[in-house]
Amino acid sequence: MGERGRPVAGLRAYRLVAGMWVRSTMTYRASFVMTTFGNFAATFFDFVAIMLMFSRVDALGGWSLPEVAFLYGLSGTAFGLADLVMGSAERLGRRVRDGTLDTMLVRPAPVLALVAADQFALRRLGRVTQGALVLGWAVSRLDVAWTPAKVLLMPVMVVSGCGIFCAVFVAGAAFQFLVQDAAEVQNAFTYGGTTLLQYPPSVFGKELVRGVTFVLPLAFVNWVPATYVLGRPYPLGLPGWAAFAPPLVAVGCCALAGLAWRAGLRSYRSTGS
Amino acid sequence: MADGDSMGCGDGFIVLEGVEKVFEVRRKAGFLRRERRAVRAVDSISFSVARGEMVGYIGPNGAGKSTTVKMLTGILTPSAGRLRVAGIDPSRERGRLAHRIGVVFGQRTTLWWDLPLIDSYRLAHRMYRIPDARYRENLDRLVELLELGSLLDVPVRQLSLGQRMRGDIAAALLHDPEVLYLDEPTIGLDVVSKAKVRGFLRELNAERGTTVLLTTHDLQDIEQLCSRVMVIDHGRLVYDGALAGLHEVGEGERTLVVDLERESPPVEVASARVVRVEGPRQWLAFPAGRSAAAVVAELAARYPLVDLSVREPDIEAVIAKMYAEKAVS
Repeated sequence: MGERGRPVAGLRAYRLVAGMWVRSTMTYRASFVMTTFGNFAATFFDFVAIMLMFSRVDALGGWSLPEVAFLYGLSGTAFGLADLVMGSAERLGRRVRDGTLDTMLVRPAPVLALVAADQFALRRLGRVTQGALVLGWAVSRLDVAWTPAKVLLMPVMVVSGCGIFCAVFVAGAAFQFLVQDAAEVQNAFTYGGTTLLQYPPSVFGKELVRGVTFVLPLAFVNWVPATYVLGRPYPLGLPGWAAFAPPLVAVGCCALAGLAWRAGLRSYRSTGS
Repeated sequence: MADGDSMGCGDGFIVLEGVEKVFEVRRKAGFLRRERRAVRAVDSISFSVARGEMVGYIGPNGAGKSTTVKMLTGILTPSAGRLRVAGIDPSRERGRLAHRIGVVFGQRTTLWWDLPLIDSYRLAHRMYRIPDARYRENLDRLVELLELGSLLDVPVRQLSLGQRMRGDIAAALLHDPEVLYLDEPTIGLDVVSKAKVRGFLRELNAERGTTVLLTTHDLQDIEQLCSRVMVIDHGRLVYDGALAGLHEVGEGERTLVVDLERESPPVEVASARVVRVEGPRQWLAFPAGRSAAAVVAELAARYPLVDLSVREPDIEAVIAKMYAEKAVS
């Protein structure tokens, strides 16, 4: 398999395996409907908590409810999509332990695609739907002078944010080659990360904001571009073009995560544990 | 250099030369401290399997069997030595090799649990890019030989263990692999299912010339299928040859079970010794290399016999004895 053919082969294998999982899920239709609704409801109440908070205060860190909802919707949608596409990667440690990874390694397809597509669950669309609804509501309530650049930035933010979270999932999976019970550590970065991004950067300490901007650049999922859209200053005084950097950050993160994955897989194949 | 690195081992289809696999095992030695220790799971193994051979690969748990198979399938990279399967270096070209090998993990089905059996085959059809005509032909043949016709539309979770194993074997063969690795193919199966699986493997090997390497704990698998056995222990190949020869190496003994007319003290014959007496039945042990006829003749001449049978030595016992001797020397 040539290097150029790999992404194509990976996508093809992903589609095949994900399709099988969708059909498997549909054999238990009632269960599917209930878990999808459950997924939606759980995240819905998550947002209700924020709304309740605003019934007591007018602003959070200087941000109004529609503005916080804007952050929430962007983060929720981007994370929900990444969870749908790559979320299964967090089960890697378990797969190493029970040996199912070995069954994937004898297939004529890129392992990452097989790992990511395994247990593909459409019920995760519940979270995406909820995030998109909150985002839509926020946009309708925001007092923003929409320019073409700001409108264009909307889909760019969602897609790049999804890419950044996907990279976190893959890097976490790569780490699990070394430490197989690290799924909880990974959750801190994925679920923890998306929760963090639901609140304005102004409520957090400078050090944390700096870490989330420069070390693990989750801030590019929504904080940095959203402050531009909302016409607010970013706490760290980044240059104006930084708002348009998410695609670059996403590509960079994915490249690094890909390298980490390769290194992890190589280490597994040479140590077998 | 695809053909340039053939290894001069003649017709070797699977070739291992001084293959080693060293694992670094980390062990807790405190709250955060870990002790590192190198474990040689496979220690300089060399063998060659010709195309169309059917070989049993046996040894106690943890001897290095599955590590070897994982290297042969490209899952693990050897620490040292050279390894080729169909001219391919498995760890380097895992993807290309995948099209030429079939793997059946006995205790782990790769079939789709909630979907009809046929769906797993349709996935293989597309994932292995099997040409339509060949897929049809192979599927029809496998369904017939493995008696899967009535099972194709049944969800895999409803299949019995034996049916599932047959289903798994078919899934591993749809893309016409030249080598089939089987890990404990008859584990947990009833007698009838075992016979079906073995019958199919014999036929596959005879008709299609598929090279088969199987690891097993069931010695009847080996006795009924393999003309050649490799025994591995502590990562080393301790025996490679015919099954019959294994008995000699291990100095196994055969057992003659005789039923006398009535209860009597242990019989006395020169060519065998009595190892057990139970009422009128007595067990006599004699070297595996010697003919039973002489013992029987001697017995019949001196004692009234009602019935008798000869039991082959238990291979597991033979192997255990081999290990014991290795440990001493």
